[in-house]
Amino acid sequence: MYGRKVKLRFLFILLIILILILTTFLILKSLEENVVFFQSPSEIKALTEIKKKKIRVGGMVKKDSISVVSKEVKFIITDFKNEINVVYSGVIPNLFEEGKGVVAEGYLKDKNYFLATKILAKHDENYMPPEVKAAMEEK
Amino acid sequence: MFKFFEPNKIFSITSKAPKYVLVLFIIILTIGLTEALILSPQDYKQSHSVRIMYVHVPAAWISLGIFSTITFLSVVGYIFKIQNFFLISKSLAPSGLVFNIVALVTGSIWGKPTWGTWWAWDARITSMLILVLFYILYLVAWRIYENNDKASKITTIITILGIINVPIIKYSVDWWNTLHQPASINILSKSSIHISMLFPLLIMTAAFALFSLLIFLMKYNTELIKIKNKGLDRL
Repeated sequence: MYGRKVKLRFLFILLIILILILTTFLILKSLEENVVFFQSPSEIKALTEIKKKKIRVGGMVKKDSISVVSKEVKFIITDFKNEINVVYSGVIPNLFEEGKGVVAEGYLKDKNYFLATKILAKHDENYMPPEVKAAMEEK
Repeated sequence: MFKFFEPNKIFSITSKAPKYVLVLFIIILTIGLTEALILSPQDYKQSHSVRIMYVHVPAAWISLGIFSTITFLSVVGYIFKIQNFFLISKSLAPSGLVFNIVALVTGSIWGKPTWGTWWAWDARITSMLILVLFYILYLVAWRIYENNDKASKITTIITILGIINVPIIKYSVDWWNTLHQPASINILSKSSIHISMLFPLLIMTAAFALFSLLIFLMKYNTELIKIKNKGLDRL
């Protein structure tokens, strides 16, 4: 139905796309460690050595774990399998709360102790008015 | 039949369309903004800062949608040698770039009160930044190559390179740990955004789409006039 040239151009484009997908996949695969924004407490536990580089740890703020001593905030990040203690002093984002997502940036002292220099709050994909949230909690 | 089109015939329609699109855009935008800024509820967690979403998310959607459309038209245009598709692509790109920048800027404004940072090198933000670069590259290519045939080939290559990025933007939040949360709107399963917030979001998306259409028509008309001035009555 179509001419030979049309078919050739079609195959050429197809080849470019396939090679590009493969290349991108391989690049992303090899860079995976750097593409992730943060590591979970379980991934920290699995580390073989503790580097002095700045890293990010993310997960949920454990319920009833936040304690404020003078200017220092202490809390526990959990992924429900492993936990890590975090110490931080500085500005806390509005959405930082127990039972919600958090990303802490800083340095590992050891596998259980993290010295944060910056705290970012993560929020989930749920959006709803306060009344709906209240009604859901009643149930 | 596909290969040739008469600029005069198309122009007689597209030159009249902008004023109607403009009126419709103003109406939809008024409804959308009233819904988004006044009538819609605040979020249980983010309170009023959630209203930034009604600009941020539609802008991101439109920029992704336009890039996908440009790629599709360029590839089909390249395979079947349809010049008109390249003109459409070229005219669509500027509004895609503008909305891409809007998405990045509003994201930054939204990030400060919620996450606590203006900028983070998270996979989604970085890949959106890469999309801006591809939009710029695409538009620059049209500027520097005066030969239309050459320009259409080069821009097609640019769109193919850039399109690989689009699924990465979409699925970055599922593939890697990111600061962005996973998608709230799912076609196949229940959305995790309340209907009272979904409605203004969709209206604002329609408003932005109309704005893109308006800018597109104006750019496209300019392209048609250029062709007419060259004394060609068919491409």
